[in-house]
Amino acid sequence: MSVPPRLELEGITKRFGRLLANDAIDLVVRPGEIHALLGENGAGKSTLVKQIYGLLEPDSGTIRVDGRAVRIGGPRIARRLGIAVVFQHFTLVDALDVAENVALGLDERLPRRELARRIAAAGEAYGLSLDPDRPVRELSMGERQRVEIVRCLLERPRLLVMDEPTSVLTPQEAERLFATLRRLAAEGCAILYISHKLAEIVALCERATILRAGRVVASLDPRTTDARELAARMVGPEPHAGEPHAGEPHAGEPHAGEPGGTSPRRPVRLAVERLSLPADHPFGVALDALSIELGAGEILGIAGIAGNGQDELLAALAGERAAPRPEAIRLDGRPIGGLGPSARRALGLVAVPEERLGHAAVGELGLPANTVLGARERLALAPGGVVRWARARAATARIVQRLDVRTPSLDAPAAALSGGNLQKFVIGRAILQDPLVLVAAQPTWGVDAAATAAIHAALRALARAGAALLLISQDLDELLLLADRLAVLDRGRLSPARPVAGLARAEIGLLMGGLHERTGEVVDGA
Amino acid sequence: MALELERRPLPSTLWRILAPLLAVALTALAGLGLFLALGADPSRALWSFFVAPLTSLWGVGELLVKAAPLALIALGLAPGFRAGVWNIGAEGQLTVGAIAGGGLLLALWPLDAAWVLPAAILAGMAGGAAWAWIPAVLRTRRGASEILVSLMLAYVAQLLLSALVYGPWRDPEGFNFPQTRLFQVSLPVLVEATRLHPGVVLAPLLALLLWLLLGRTLLGLALEVTGRAPAAAGLAGFAQPRLVRGCLLAGGAMAGLAGILEATGPVGQLVPVLTPGYGFTAIIVAFLGRLHPLGILPAALVVALAYLGGETAQIEAGLPQAVTGLFQGLLLLFLLAAELLVHYRIRRREGASRR
Repeated sequence: MSVPPRLELEGITKRFGRLLANDAIDLVVRPGEIHALLGENGAGKSTLVKQIYGLLEPDSGTIRVDGRAVRIGGPRIARRLGIAVVFQHFTLVDALDVAENVALGLDERLPRRELARRIAAAGEAYGLSLDPDRPVRELSMGERQRVEIVRCLLERPRLLVMDEPTSVLTPQEAERLFATLRRLAAEGCAILYISHKLAEIVALCERATILRAGRVVASLDPRTTDARELAARMVGPEPHAGEPHAGEPHAGEPHAGEPGGTSPRRPVRLAVERLSLPADHPFGVALDALSIELGAGEILGIAGIAGNGQDELLAALAGERAAPRPEAIRLDGRPIGGLGPSARRALGLVAVPEERLGHAAVGELGLPANTVLGARERLALAPGGVVRWARARAATARIVQRLDVRTPSLDAPAAALSGGNLQKFVIGRAILQDPLVLVAAQPTWGVDAAATAAIHAALRALARAGAALLLISQDLDELLLLADRLAVLDRGRLSPARPVAGLARAEIGLLMGGLHERTGEVVDGA
Repeated sequence: MALELERRPLPSTLWRILAPLLAVALTALAGLGLFLALGADPSRALWSFFVAPLTSLWGVGELLVKAAPLALIALGLAPGFRAGVWNIGAEGQLTVGAIAGGGLLLALWPLDAAWVLPAAILAGMAGGAAWAWIPAVLRTRRGASEILVSLMLAYVAQLLLSALVYGPWRDPEGFNFPQTRLFQVSLPVLVEATRLHPGVVLAPLLALLLWLLLGRTLLGLALEVTGRAPAAAGLAGFAQPRLVRGCLLAGGAMAGLAGILEATGPVGQLVPVLTPGYGFTAIIVAFLGRLHPLGILPAALVVALAYLGGETAQIEAGLPQAVTGLFQGLLLLFLLAAELLVHYRIRRREGASRR
């Protein structure tokens, strides 16, 4: 046991403003070990990787490589220490060929023939066959990832970090990747494998460190446990049943939905029926036969880990992408799948996307202009194509007043508002239109506690007034707090919605970890 | 020591307005240095460049005659530039506009009925729009860059005009000079002893109209949003392909209008080189005017003065003709630099801990 760990983190702490992204993280990765780093979005995985690769410096704590304390001031230093990272989103240049892309990532300059020879040699040794002369734009996702891995291997890494490597791979490609990783590990390379797919981790890794809210909550051997336990650790402890949520104005009220009843008796406001949409870009997710039924006064939560089709679902419901069949989406029984965002808003379906600046609002434009953009139809702010600025300012004033938006002035550009206040504005703009259906993604993402409480209260009031709400969020606590029913989006597929009352967190965690097909079995065991 | 650009959270409104003025001042300053380097008497050169052209009625008239097409084209380009539609080929649209309108006049020659001139002007606008329709369709249907397509088409249009003027449209009584007949009808002259034509009045009127359009209509807002945040434009429900097409067609029509006004006004016929590059220079005018219709008018005057000044400086101070182009280049350079610094600040790069 005299061999020092390949990587040892001790008390790594990183803070961004008020957010404690990494809180005294300890982590040990030994040579030849495939070590899983597991956690929900926002648990602090990426921040940790960036510090290991020298893209961020820790506020405090020690990093040791092979037993020696090191200061990693940049990626070049990390590479010199033998650390290589394959990022989730590739860093390849489409127009260049494989060899040129590999050369771009190397610190040393090699003649092309030597480069091609090394690519071939690495490919042979690890089952990563690649043609050095092919342009990258012609490669599949799996092949592109191979280019990234080969690029790393040519540096002879002693620690390879894989950031969610299978998120863009087909199952067959993933199998090949696992074989490569096992071979690397057998040669003594340490591998830090970041993922939230539980099945993979159980199959591949011998050690798992689980992060939650910036802290290490468990370090265990995934082979001696099961996916259920991993899921439970990942999403956190069960809340105590019946405990009122302190500080929430309506916590005492029962949920509007009948506890245990799966289909509401209220009139159906929004009906999505087997909606499928192909992915519209290489990192996109295809929506696969989604069905949703949402009643008046109901709040349906869509849980899931980012990148599983949340953006695509919002675009499809907002009307940014038309549905293949108009009947696939109905609002109060009326087919709206073929309508654009403006026509859908006019009928009463209002969508609030996750990205506040650049999508929900335009930073350079003043608040009244932003009000016109997102609320002109139902508030008649631009009848006949002529903007009524006086009405727009009046509507803006009502939004600002109703949600207590703190703004330098009524005409301030949206970018001048803090994140929380801009989010209040965006939500307030949606609510002011009296929507029949409100679809909101990450309504309190990156927002402080006070603004979160205000937004939650506003959403609840809207539901009580008879609107149907669909909340897409990665914040499970938020969904459990607000929603009547919950469904999980995983790889573009939506699990059946279940009443929140009596739903076990572990079960949700399993669904989020991609154990869709085993839902029934898990429920039986619960 | 590494420097990096950092986006300012909120650009100062004052500097947004001052930036073009600063660019003009810096251009004049650089021009001074330039004259000194050329060995010309700087005060005399500057005077002949910037003041002498304005000392006569004829000079003032010429200033307006040159500013009018610049303003018209820039007014057509500005909405597109706001929306991120980069029509660089207004010169070509101007040329095809002149060909279309001029062709109609030649076909009707020697008819001089009252409807002939308006018909020619409409034909000019249609011609310019048709030339811009090509990059519009290639961009919206095929994703081709409108920058490249419109620019390349400008050279095609120039060659087309040459081919016509040297060939089938050459004046049969013109002693083989490469030019068409003088048109039977032409724009009226507004003030005696100048070449002032109705286009000079049309430019400010259209600027006013465009100002209302951009500031008061959903269309104006749509252009603004499409240029700044395409995702937000999509959510707001603005149809991007239609906006792109509309911007290019409108820009083409305005350039075509400028072209036919030149042909039926100051020039009076078609010649191989119809303008000293108004279509390209108008890009500078549009940016100097901050893409604002009311800013474009003074900007057009400033740039027109550079054209005139270049001519007088040649004659009076013996400076080379290239000075005009150089001044325009300097102006654009300072303008873009000032614009960049309005939106970004330069700061020294700190350690690797910053992303």
